[in-house]
Amino acid sequence: MSPWRDGLRRLRRYPSALLGALIIVALLATAVYAVVTIPYSEAQRLWRGGDLWQELPVNAGPVWADRLFGGDAPRTLRIPTAAAPIAEEAYEGVRITEQRLTFDFTYSEFPSEINLFLGSSGSDRQPFVRATWITPQGEQIPLDARRIGANERISISQNQTLEGRLGAPPQIGLFSATSAGAGTDQQALEVQQGTYQLLLETVHFAETSELHGELIVYGQVHGWAGTDHQRRDLSVALLWGTPIALAFGLIAAVGTTVTTLIIAAAGVWFRGWVDAVIQRLTEINIILPLLPILVMIGTLYSTSIWLMLGVVVVLGIFSAGIKMYRAMLLPIREAPYITAAQAYGASDLRIILRYMVPRILPVLIPTFVTLIPTYVFLEASLAVLGLGDPILPTWGKILYDAQDQSALYHGFYYWVLSPAALLMLTGLGFALLGFALDRVFNPRLRSL
Amino acid sequence: MRRTTSVSETPGSEKPGSERSIGERPGNPSAGVATATRGTVATGGVEATGTGAVTTGGAATPTAPTYQQPHQPLLTVEALQTHFELRQWGFLRVGSVRAVDGVSFTLDHGESATIVGESGCGKSSLARTLLGLHRPTAGRVTFAGTDLATLRGRALKAYRAAVGYVQQDPYGALPPFMKIRRILEEPLIVHGVGTRRAREERIAAALEEVGLEPAHETWQKFPHQLSGGQQQRVVIARALLLRPKLIIADEPVSMLDASVRAEILELLRTIQRQHRLALLYITHDLSTVRHYAHRAMVMYAGRIVEQGPVERLLDRPHHPYTRALLAALVDPDAANAHQQRPIPAGEPPSLLHPPSGCRFHPRCPAIMVGRCEHFDPEEAHPRPGHRVACWLHSR
Ligand SMILES: Nc1ncnc2c1ncn2[C@@H]1O[C@H](COP(=O)(O)OP(=O)(O)O)[C@@H](O)[C@H]1O
Ligand code: SF4
Ligand SMILES: [Mg+2]
Repeated sequence: MSPWRDGLRRLRRYPSALLGALIIVALLATAVYAVVTIPYSEAQRLWRGGDLWQELPVNAGPVWADRLFGGDAPRTLRIPTAAAPIAEEAYEGVRITEQRLTFDFTYSEFPSEINLFLGSSGSDRQPFVRATWITPQGEQIPLDARRIGANERISISQNQTLEGRLGAPPQIGLFSATSAGAGTDQQALEVQQGTYQLLLETVHFAETSELHGELIVYGQVHGWAGTDHQRRDLSVALLWGTPIALAFGLIAAVGTTVTTLIIAAAGVWFRGWVDAVIQRLTEINIILPLLPILVMIGTLYSTSIWLMLGVVVVLGIFSAGIKMYRAMLLPIREAPYITAAQAYGASDLRIILRYMVPRILPVLIPTFVTLIPTYVFLEASLAVLGLGDPILPTWGKILYDAQDQSALYHGFYYWVLSPAALLMLTGLGFALLGFALDRVFNPRLRSL
Repeated sequence: MRRTTSVSETPGSEKPGSERSIGERPGNPSAGVATATRGTVATGGVEATGTGAVTTGGAATPTAPTYQQPHQPLLTVEALQTHFELRQWGFLRVGSVRAVDGVSFTLDHGESATIVGESGCGKSSLARTLLGLHRPTAGRVTFAGTDLATLRGRALKAYRAAVGYVQQDPYGALPPFMKIRRILEEPLIVHGVGTRRAREERIAAALEEVGLEPAHETWQKFPHQLSGGQQQRVVIARALLLRPKLIIADEPVSMLDASVRAEILELLRTIQRQHRLALLYITHDLSTVRHYAHRAMVMYAGRIVEQGPVERLLDRPHHPYTRALLAALVDPDAANAHQQRPIPAGEPPSLLHPPSGCRFHPRCPAIMVGRCEHFDPEEAHPRPGHRVACWLHSR
């Protein structure tokens, strides 16, 4: 039976290995899902942010977290003008239209923000719009009146005069049961559930002039991941952080272990000055601190994740592992089968790659598996230090933003907890599997 | 010191002459004459050439070499030395182990010879030097007329294909992480042999030849799933795969069960005869030598102290060391050779500080005090092809 298959069979006796493998499979599935559903360029575009996120609330928590604790925080409501019937009256030179954007508000908590996006088209002469808020009781509250250009954003919740009239921020005042006078305790305000209307009365100055737009009543929760301070949906970064973290960890781990192993084998095989040079380089490299070097490169040169990866691999080649592999390879070098291979003419390269390296590969598997999360954490640490890749969404970048915006102070726990949980899950999965593999493939531990 | 001078004279000054005479002068008598004027070492080479034709035939062996330039030996070893430098801290020379220290002999096409000697006398070092795995400190190995030291690249690779190697420890000789099929495919891949299919056919043929049938079952296995005897059969199959002219078998049965030793030796001999291979059979056990090889060489402390046709060497040994080895054999039958025989009293010599004069003198019962411990014995020739390095027989 092949030593590999034998090892895998023995691995099945460790439940922790199964759990670890399960976690890793789930992470891999997530990574594949992310890459398939959101193409790389799209992920970059989404994370760059801007207007494309304007219909999402700022710093909204995940829906499930709110519901889990019995909350009834509102989701975002979008009421487009296209859905509302238009009543039109024509006068001399002008047309007056009337539209009622109608929606039901059934939540027991206030929305976080109200924006009205309006735009006009069809004529150089901008139409004039008057917006009026109509509560379920029929009370009419004038909001704004102005000319509407091609694309306008009317931030109702930022309207200072309105806030003054209402005695509360508009998103609260407009939805509360009793119209609050100045000095009313805001905490005591109750949500008025029912059907609300936004009345848009428009004066068009041309036959072809048209109005279009959307009223957005922002919720306090969004999706399964929530949003950040730039309204970006965190699910993008959480999803895309998975393939990036795994790829970084995997490439760095493969890159360092394989090259380290091959270099150690070359030193053992050629002996003499080759070995001496490798040994000395290793000793020098061991005392060079990795993180400060990366910080230096990130600060002075570039924070591209691929550059960091390259530096990590290059600095990882002559790592302390060389000493360990060397000790393991020295007796193998003298194995008769190597002499036999030499005698039938196998080249140096073939002996190193085919006869020496495979011999200690099984011992290497656990080291390799436990090394992956180390590099995942390294990447996250760099991002938290502000040296994350500038264009890619990663878990570390979420943490950096969260810390930058004092997320915990403001109570946005989800912002910190979800990337942290993913990082820890990654560490846990690989560690569980790695330790079990160690017991299976490392003969010294197996006998314990 | 004395020893070094006597040996180092030869390679420098006398080689070219001796080589030409081996390669181009078919007339044995003239070669013999030329020999007389040469040093001890070169003599060996030429004398043995004569032996190959004359003595081997006389020994009534059916496989006397009858093809291809009968007068050029397949393998000529002249004054070969392999010393291992001992260094401290990687550079400080603290001495050298004289594992092979002036060995000369020849081997003809299809001829089998055996090298007998106690463990640690340098047999494996000699084998590995002949295989080109150690660079000789001095001396020369000529294979089919070409100096081994001049081989590079393709020619060296061709040499490696022409010489098969069977090692002592069959399990160690097979990479434990490869299946038999892969193990046997490796040499063929290295030498760029044919398609995968052609290679498989060759592997199957080789496995059948060494008696591991059916091949398709055997090659699915890993080495540890085979018995010691079967493992050694695989090693022999691997040595055969590249169709060698010479097989060097370094104690091929010493690590095997007594019960399978005879059959493995028999297999080697059958293969040697069928393929008309030259065979260099190395052993520490004199009891396996009779009936086995054409010629025997007795090695002691890095040197060959006596060599000659097997029957003659065993029946009329001249060197005190050969005699002692024979005396220690209770039953000279190879089939019963299941234990290591006691060896003459005394310690095997240190190769780091070999004894002066005759290296056997500290243990020799016939020592001639005043001569043996000071002077290297000159080679004597009691019969053509029989050479002894002992003062008892010189002059
Ligand atoms: N690569 C080497 N480096 C240093 N010493 C060696 C090496 N190979 C063999 N020797 C020494 O050479 C001597 C002869 O060894 P070896 O050729 O294996 O003898 P044998 O095969 O007859 O038992 C031993 O003393 C051994 O320690
Ligand atoms: S030379 Fe002297 S010591 Fe050496 S074997 Fe002959 S008799 Fe013994
Ligand atoms: Mg040996």
